[in-house]
Amino acid sequence: MEMFDLSIIWAGIIGFGVIMYVLMDGFDLGLGILFPFAPDEDARDVMMNSVAPVWDGNETWLVLGGAGLLAAFPLVYSIFLPALYIGVFLMLAGLIFRGVAFEFRFKSRRNRHWWNRAFSWGSAVAAFAQGVVVGAYIQGFQTEDFVYTGGAFDWLTPFTVVTGLGLMAGYALLGSTWLILKSEGHVQDWAYKITPPLLIAVLVVFAIVSIWTPFVNQVVWERWFGHLRLIWIFPAMALLFAFLVFRSVKQRRESYPFIATIGIYVFTYLGLIVSQWPMIVPPNYTLWDAASAPESQLFLLIGVLFVIPVILMYTAWTYWVFRGKVRVGEGYH
Amino acid sequence: MELDPLLLSRIQFAFVVCFHTIFPVFTIGLASYIALLQGLFFKTQNPAWDRLALFWTKVFAVVFGMGVVSGIVMSFQFGTNWSNFSLAASNFIGPMLSYEVVTAFFLEAAFLGILLFGRGKVPQGIHLLAATMVAIGTFISAFWILSANSWMHTPAGVELIDNRFHVISWREAIFNPSFPYRFAHMALASFITGGFVVAGVSAWFLLRGRDPQANRRALSMCLWLLLFLTPLQAVVGDYHGLNTLEHQPTKVAAMEGHWETSTNVPLLLFAWPDQEAQENRFAIGIPNLASLILTHSLDGEIPGISEAPPEEQPPVILVFWAFRVMVGLGLLMIATSFAGLILRRGGRIYESPVFLKTLVGMISLPFIAVLAGWIVTESGRAPWLVYGMMTHAEGLTPSLTGWMALFTLIGYMLVYAVVFYAGIYYLTRVVRNGMLPEQAQASADHDADRPKRPLSAAHTPFDDDVDPVRS
Ligand code: HDD
Ligand code: HEM
Ligand code: HEM
Repeated sequence: MEMFDLSIIWAGIIGFGVIMYVLMDGFDLGLGILFPFAPDEDARDVMMNSVAPVWDGNETWLVLGGAGLLAAFPLVYSIFLPALYIGVFLMLAGLIFRGVAFEFRFKSRRNRHWWNRAFSWGSAVAAFAQGVVVGAYIQGFQTEDFVYTGGAFDWLTPFTVVTGLGLMAGYALLGSTWLILKSEGHVQDWAYKITPPLLIAVLVVFAIVSIWTPFVNQVVWERWFGHLRLIWIFPAMALLFAFLVFRSVKQRRESYPFIATIGIYVFTYLGLIVSQWPMIVPPNYTLWDAASAPESQLFLLIGVLFVIPVILMYTAWTYWVFRGKVRVGEGYH
Repeated sequence: MELDPLLLSRIQFAFVVCFHTIFPVFTIGLASYIALLQGLFFKTQNPAWDRLALFWTKVFAVVFGMGVVSGIVMSFQFGTNWSNFSLAASNFIGPMLSYEVVTAFFLEAAFLGILLFGRGKVPQGIHLLAATMVAIGTFISAFWILSANSWMHTPAGVELIDNRFHVISWREAIFNPSFPYRFAHMALASFITGGFVVAGVSAWFLLRGRDPQANRRALSMCLWLLLFLTPLQAVVGDYHGLNTLEHQPTKVAAMEGHWETSTNVPLLLFAWPDQEAQENRFAIGIPNLASLILTHSLDGEIPGISEAPPEEQPPVILVFWAFRVMVGLGLLMIATSFAGLILRRGGRIYESPVFLKTLVGMISLPFIAVLAGWIVTESGRAPWLVYGMMTHAEGLTPSLTGWMALFTLIGYMLVYAVVFYAGIYYLTRVVRNGMLPEQAQASADHDADRPKRPLSAAHTPFDDDVDPVRS
């Protein structure tokens, strides 16, 4: 091995980008999923206003995930996208509708209910499709000679439907805890009310997927029930954070539920990664098989190491500018 | 009938990328214009600039939103439909797109939030900074993506090993031979597009006598800009063509409808290229002019389309006519800009209804010229995806079947039809609604209830940060 392994560094960067995307777009997709159930139109205004200034930046992490994979692990890009062809289309269609709904809903009077629908359906479909991707990743892909050889609907199985629904519930949970943080009055009461049932839904799916996964994928089974006992720390931590969400909602804390939900995500995500490591296109290719040329990885790395901290700084700054509660009928103050 | 995934993918790519480009080409110009307006306001504190800036920011928000969502589609198109190409070219294209994301998209997204919602929340200077950053971001974005695209036309700095391109010189690959011309031509196209849209909308307001003071300023500014940019575009386009003659002679031959290599080539004004017969029907041309333009001598020799075997020829009729549309519109734009100069005497640019109506009518023309230009460029390189190195067929996703491609093609068409229709509808409403009255921009009206009266003009200055933009 060399002094430092570029592929591992890149796996770290992409991994970071993916979790950033899941957390950040997660709460704004989650608000979309919760949209139809909101108590009234005022609440919907608050929900949408609470993410309107930042959703574009949140979604940019997805674009970074795509472009970063193409640059660092092109094999992932060139196998996942053909394999998930129809699913990717549905996700993009969902993202298109919810994205333009931000602009169009506020400009519309008579047709507002249509844009409400575009926002909620778009978010729901996109979230579901992303959950399916997670499921398909656990399942693995049929490949030959670095090319996807499976069919158009290999990604759609009962297992992936469960992961799809699971991610929808998970995003909704991020959305509701975000709303607790950003709202007050009857909107916040509602957010408090729906959080525990959402959390239960997430835990149920979590349990189903955990029990099911080892049967879907042999490698994963060995990993969890072989000798690497240390990795059980991840699900344990996720459960601990789930408990913290419960408790903080009960105590009506405002920021803890959101932070603890992030904890659930981070540890579930780490658990998922250790299940497959170092496979990046399961079951056949490791991250070294999937890597691009070292000079390309290096060329991009140099820039990214400089730019990502700057991006994080000004992203943090925008969140700071738009901090505080969003009030009914007032927009930002 | 067997559905051909290759043809359907090409149609799909052409469709989604053309749809996407409509928005950037406008936002790039408009972002700079908004930054300029804010800068003028910052310096002079004249509220007319602020009102113009606020109005165009509303338009910008809608167009930018559509640019973002259609752009996200683009970043997945390479993988879904051209996965072999993606894998082969990833060593170069991957870093280009990634640099675009980290240097441009994040910058645009973060400062866009401040630009749209930050009024009243951040100091004026910071707001101006946000506008400037968004404008710079659009240029950085164009830089990377056009470099990637130009490299596909004039690949340089790479070596093909085992079906993968490996970069041996980043400088040569990024600044490949056609990139400077394409970047200049596209940047000018963006400013021209922005200029004609702003001029057309201002003319529309003037025809109705609305806000004459602010709209006169806007119109006059645009016309000065266009007076310089439109002829410059023709000059840059000429150099671009000469460069293409050097690297992609078949494309230029197709633009000229010139089949056999010869000297004293005429410039065809009209013709009906017949690919089967490898000749033109009904050709009307000006003798020797094409030789003069392309070789700067009356009897210069120009290679013909038939230098390439028929299966390596682009669709001539498409390239030929798209080129004429672009250049024709370019000439019309030059003429209009000069008419503006003449009509300046006595302020007739603000009063002549014929001139103002012409400007209103020209709003859509730059978009058509841009799409025509891209069609020349892209279909003129067929059948090559990476010129001379990889064909469309080689780049296609192997597992893609005809019906999958058809399904998504129809899907995108339906989705985009809805989005486009709604976008135009709301943009027209924003424009109809016009600028905020002067008092409203400054006055405080705490009852303003945005959700119920989204289009009402009266808002508190605090509400300004959301409402006038959002509603
Ligand atoms: C000359 C300019 C230009 C060209 C040829 C393209 N784009 Fe674009 N693109 C932009 C100029 C631009 C922009 C000005 O930067 C946009 C327009 C609106 C926006 O949000 O940024 C943008 C947005 C945009 C986004 C959304 C960014 C975000 O999340 O904020 C993506 C992912 C892409 N583009 C990707 C592409 C791809 C893959 C293209 C080629 C096939 C492409 N663009 C052609
Ligand atoms: C800047 C980045 C761009 C890249 C990387 C790119 C890449 C491609 C690719 C891979 C194709 C293959 C499909 C085919 O030729 O059939 C293509 C075709 C095409 N592209 Fe581009 N393109 C870019 C920009 C644009 C833009 C901005 C437009 C215009 C709006 C455009 C218009 C077209 C058209 C019309 C085709 C179809 C040509 C044909 O059918 O032969 N391209 N491009
Ligand atoms: C008036 C004289 C003009 C000339 C001589 C000219 C020339 C050219 C040529 C030769 C190309 C093809 C380059 C290649 O692919 O090799 C091209 C492409 C293009 N043109 Fe023009 N053009 C003119 C006006 C315009 C105008 C007015 C616009 C838009 C406002 C425009 C927008 C474009 C675009 C977007 C492309 C594709 C991108 C590129 O390759 O640069 N052009 N032009």
